[in-house]
Amino acid sequence: MSTIDLVIKGGQLPDGRKADIAIFGEQIVDVSDSFAGQASRSIDAKGCIVLPGLVDLHTHLREPGREDAETVLSGSRAGAKGGFTALSAMANTSPVADTAGVVEQVYRLGQEAGLLDVFPIGAVTQGLEGKTLSEIGAMADSVAQVRVFSDDGHCVSDPLVMRRALEYIKKFGGVIAQHAQDPRMTIGSQMNEGAVSSRLGLKGWPAVAEEAIIARDVLLADHVQSRLHICHLTTAGGVEIIRWAKARGINVTAEVTPHHLLLTDDLASSYDPIYKVNPPLRTESDVHALREALADGTIDIVATDHAPHPLEDKECEWQEAAFGMLGLETALSIVQKTMVDTGLLSWDLVAERMSHTPARIGGYLHQGQKIAVGSSANLTVINPTKSWTVDRDLVLSNSANTPYHGHELPGLILHTFFKGKQTMNNGSVADKESM
Amino acid sequence: MRHLLSIADISKAEAISILDTAHELARVSDGAVKKLPTLRGRTIVNLFAEDSTRTRISFEAAAKRLSADVINFSAKGSSVSKGESLKDTAMTLQAMGADAVVIRHSASGSAQRLADSQWMSGSVINAGDGTHEHPSQALLDAFTIRKHLSLGRSDLEGLSVAIVGDVLHSRVVRSNVLLLSKLGAKVTLVAPPTLVPVGVDSWPCTVSYDFDAVIPFVDVVMMLRVQQERMTDFYFPNAREYSRYFGLNIDRMKSMKPESIVMHPGPMNRGLEISAEVADSARSVITEQVTNGVSVRMAILYVLLTGGALETGSN
Repeated sequence: MSTIDLVIKGGQLPDGRKADIAIFGEQIVDVSDSFAGQASRSIDAKGCIVLPGLVDLHTHLREPGREDAETVLSGSRAGAKGGFTALSAMANTSPVADTAGVVEQVYRLGQEAGLLDVFPIGAVTQGLEGKTLSEIGAMADSVAQVRVFSDDGHCVSDPLVMRRALEYIKKFGGVIAQHAQDPRMTIGSQMNEGAVSSRLGLKGWPAVAEEAIIARDVLLADHVQSRLHICHLTTAGGVEIIRWAKARGINVTAEVTPHHLLLTDDLASSYDPIYKVNPPLRTESDVHALREALADGTIDIVATDHAPHPLEDKECEWQEAAFGMLGLETALSIVQKTMVDTGLLSWDLVAERMSHTPARIGGYLHQGQKIAVGSSANLTVINPTKSWTVDRDLVLSNSANTPYHGHELPGLILHTFFKGKQTMNNGSVADKESM
Repeated sequence: MRHLLSIADISKAEAISILDTAHELARVSDGAVKKLPTLRGRTIVNLFAEDSTRTRISFEAAAKRLSADVINFSAKGSSVSKGESLKDTAMTLQAMGADAVVIRHSASGSAQRLADSQWMSGSVINAGDGTHEHPSQALLDAFTIRKHLSLGRSDLEGLSVAIVGDVLHSRVVRSNVLLLSKLGAKVTLVAPPTLVPVGVDSWPCTVSYDFDAVIPFVDVVMMLRVQQERMTDFYFPNAREYSRYFGLNIDRMKSMKPESIVMHPGPMNRGLEISAEVADSARSVITEQVTNGVSVRMAILYVLLTGGALETGSN
């Protein structure tokens, strides 16, 4: 073999083996105990875990329309810093991503940013209004080749529209990602309905409003034999329904966000809208149920629901504030803290939940592959023994609405590689020109 | 104490000290010269981002009797109604040199947001925030109950209080449950199940759906206002049915204990939650609540802005 581009030496693969990983061009060309060949560059990864590049199935990039909150480029930079090599851009932009034109624009912006793959998600219904199907076929056939459709931010609440959407996407093997929230039960809702909301006088968002939609939709998916994905599962009851559906062989997958694995509704007691998110933070027992479900595979993946908002949308009264929090730059650390350091999840399963499975659900080619010869060189190197302190003034997102400001988190992400190119090195994200 | 945001933040001793201070200040109000020079030169802003004439004038009277300068900043015609943010309003008040802001706002937690932010440095007094709390109302209610029924005790140990009506949307009830239970009273909430919040089992009180079963055993019946919009949101079938089960009329009043009293934070819907005969009866202390409100609010301003309670027995 001639001189290769890069060798990552001495890191630990997800399965626990120590190996040198050699990269040439966009591919992994060797994975062995000790790489003997010549390399232009070598990175010492001793004491680090090397993961397949992380894949996020749920990201709000805000472009087009709210570039003050985030752009495809700024979101890509935040993603690269957080160890991601692929993001999925949710459709609730302005204009809504409900036509081939918009999804192609977002896809192209992702390519221009060049730091990771940006896979646009198409809206299920026109304008996210839940009434008529959007141009699903045209989006699927577009350059962006959309396979995931979601009205996220809104629930596809009309059962007939949901049924038709589930049926229609079978034509090309797509999936409907449902934001499960019964709209009638959650008019004006501000936080989880329970003891804390009763005390704070904030309108409750009951768990049943999520669970009722999940229950309905797994039955619909079963009936029409289609594929359903449940976005941001938050309740112990929702976990039970997914577990039951999977046991019945229903083709359903589910995601959990990092913040729902860690934070609980009592944080609302500060009335600081940094903790206002939809679906809302739930109780301690929900958090435990979600962690267990992610560990046993009932919940398939972690997805960030990265939701940037400008300062003025959070620096106000709770009920006036926007829902959502940043997630890309902290996701892997939160998963280490809540799942790995607690002994619930091995690094091998972290790779499964944050890379292999989300890529499989999204149908993302060249993403989420095993670290093996011939795979695309999408890699993330994390030192799990180092910790870092989150500083909202240093985030790469255009917004600063992280709920973890000042928190010390485990797991320092040192390097991210996308198609063989280093997109992040010790916290600095590459310029496209220098790659 | 720097702020008064929630009853949850104050101890039993602090609550009693406010009530004692109010008692002393009430004696001043009964005198020939109603005014004390205590807060001369201090500026108190009434920031009312939601209509409430009675609470505003009560705070205004209290501040003026302590010789403070009062600025009324009400929602209508002000920048609040033009969509100015709470932050900008607060920074404006700070620039004007407000020593205390009395805030009434439709958003739960707005008083706490104001106090926790770096937007202004004065004291914040919660005069009702959304469906969260109304601490000065609870203090004046406790003051009124103590005056009538405590038999010389400083707290409310041994007394039973029923609070009846729209618990779900009431800030008065949240403050009262916390304060009355803190002072030793036994509180029972009476409401249709639709108007009791999920999670009420974590509150320091009991809940009943049966007014008639509760009323003969309590010392205080506190009625809550039922908002007109509840009629259209399926909380109960209609006003008549609500009145039949949860209204306080003459017949129900007859089953009350001899010394027990009737309260209402106002404004009342006569004929809905309370009949006119009951509201104007000898048991009713409703107008006295208004009078006591001024003394209690004087005490709140006194304690927050002078940093201590008024010595009992002094002038």
